[in-house]
Amino acid sequence: MTHQTMAEQILSHAVGHPVTPGELVIVDVDCCMSHDSLTPEVIGVLRDILHVERIHDPSRVAVIMDHVAPAATVATANAQVLVREWVAEQGITSFYDVGCGVCHQVMIEEDLVEPGQIALGTDSHATSYGSVGAFGTGVGTRDMALALASGQIWLRVPTTILVRVSGRFNPGVSPKDLSLYLCGLLGLDGATYEAVEFHGLDWLPLDGRETLASMTTELGAKVGLVPPFGPAAAHLNVPEWLHVDEEAIYSRIIDIDLATLEPQVSIPPEVDHVRLASELGDVAVNQVFIGTCTNGRLTDLRAAADILRGQHVAAGVRLLVIPASHRILQDAIAEGVLQDLLAAGATIGTPGCGPCIGRHMGVIGAGEVCLSTANRNFRGRMGDPEGLIYLSSPETAAASALTGRITDPRTLRGGE
Amino acid sequence: MTRIWMFGDDVDTDQILPGRYAPYMTSEAELSKYPFIEARPEFAGQVVRGDVIVAGKNFGCGSSREYAPRALYMVGLGAVIAPSFSRIFYRNALNLGLPLFEADLTDQVSDGDEAVLILDRFELLVGDRCIALPAPAPWVREVWENGGILAYYARYGRFPVGERTCHTTSA
Repeated sequence: MTHQTMAEQILSHAVGHPVTPGELVIVDVDCCMSHDSLTPEVIGVLRDILHVERIHDPSRVAVIMDHVAPAATVATANAQVLVREWVAEQGITSFYDVGCGVCHQVMIEEDLVEPGQIALGTDSHATSYGSVGAFGTGVGTRDMALALASGQIWLRVPTTILVRVSGRFNPGVSPKDLSLYLCGLLGLDGATYEAVEFHGLDWLPLDGRETLASMTTELGAKVGLVPPFGPAAAHLNVPEWLHVDEEAIYSRIIDIDLATLEPQVSIPPEVDHVRLASELGDVAVNQVFIGTCTNGRLTDLRAAADILRGQHVAAGVRLLVIPASHRILQDAIAEGVLQDLLAAGATIGTPGCGPCIGRHMGVIGAGEVCLSTANRNFRGRMGDPEGLIYLSSPETAAASALTGRITDPRTLRGGE
Repeated sequence: MTRIWMFGDDVDTDQILPGRYAPYMTSEAELSKYPFIEARPEFAGQVVRGDVIVAGKNFGCGSSREYAPRALYMVGLGAVIAPSFSRIFYRNALNLGLPLFEADLTDQVSDGDEAVLILDRFELLVGDRCIALPAPAPWVREVWENGGILAYYARYGRFPVGERTCHTTSA
């Protein structure tokens, strides 16, 4: 049997023969995710250009309202009316309306995507589905419209970068720091076209796997795969053919000892401009945003609450917390995490994308600085182009909210 | 006269078309007003059909938003020429029929140079120079010639098949 990376295994299984990197393949799509931002365009292409009255298989489609949710303007409200009507007309039952959460989180929470599947999303962070061992990748309007119409897509088989992890995170350090470290190491195009596969993380809970898989798109990757094994994957239905193959051919192998990793901060205006939080100097913040498909999960909210509990955010700092899903919001209430955050001065937003793409619920103004747990800090992404976006882990974000300056969370913990 | 618009490395989709100006937030009809609205505000008003963008590596990184290349397509941009492209941008541009060429011309041309793209010969005429562009794979050319992936699919009833000829090309 030939040795294959996970991306190669999944595509080989889909086409019925062993694939090799560089090959173009046409594959059946197991699931399609489309959100409120691009679904109106997809509907337009299906109706007006392709003249498709019925999509190929509505049972393989999920539509999730998260990008401007609840609607902020008349234009978005009207577009959402169109989406809801189309969803009903097509018989799509996996429909998640305003407040259910960020699309990728909902896909994983609701088990809408499974190990070994090929999953498309109208969103670059569809790489998140690699956290459960699926070949998840982002596509645009026309690719999605054709996938909905035909049930298929064409893909080029990617080569794979292997990230081989050892050790454990020190206190104050978490998966986002690993992601940002990789961005700094490889650059914004360090994995363009390629798959990224993580080994040595069978111990890591699902929340952290989602952060890692999601952030591989910031390296330009097509997919980011965390093998679906270990306790966090015990509930998953892993096909018998999907496995970790150390003998496969990887284009590059990166070894990282997590014990050596320190809190990282990405400085504007590009994600790969990464520094150590401890070496950043004095950066005052106006807003701290904890949320998104990258870092809005229960683990992230707990980490923030552990730092903020019994204290209050610095004067003049707005702390915005947006749980990644309704379920996470409920769990955070049940655990008391939300109360800790509120008591520390946090404002809570509706589960969804929040201000990540600069459309509502906390966009920033000219000259303002936001430290965000999201995934991108490009100029103008979160609001006024003269605003500045820094990226960090939830731990660093919470510590910074307390001090009003970007702060290495380890400095608040007695030098841990 | 058509010209060259120069951009640097890692031009992201938030620069090409900020999410706040998406058709979802405004309207499809307005899209052609917004390419580079913040990064280069004069672009949308001055660009003419057949103009060419020459940029550095990793053009189009970031979001899956097809409306970024679609805005460039709508204003009549002739091609984007860059050493490499982000993979979703590459697919979206190909699907629209917006030609992309993988070549590094950043040291050979300047912003504002008069230039004429001869698409069927893969040539860029700049002053008295003729710069050869890398020929795309036959199937890529077929998608361009059919006016994008939707028309291609409607005509052939299938997706393109063939081999990639260029290592860095993403899809």
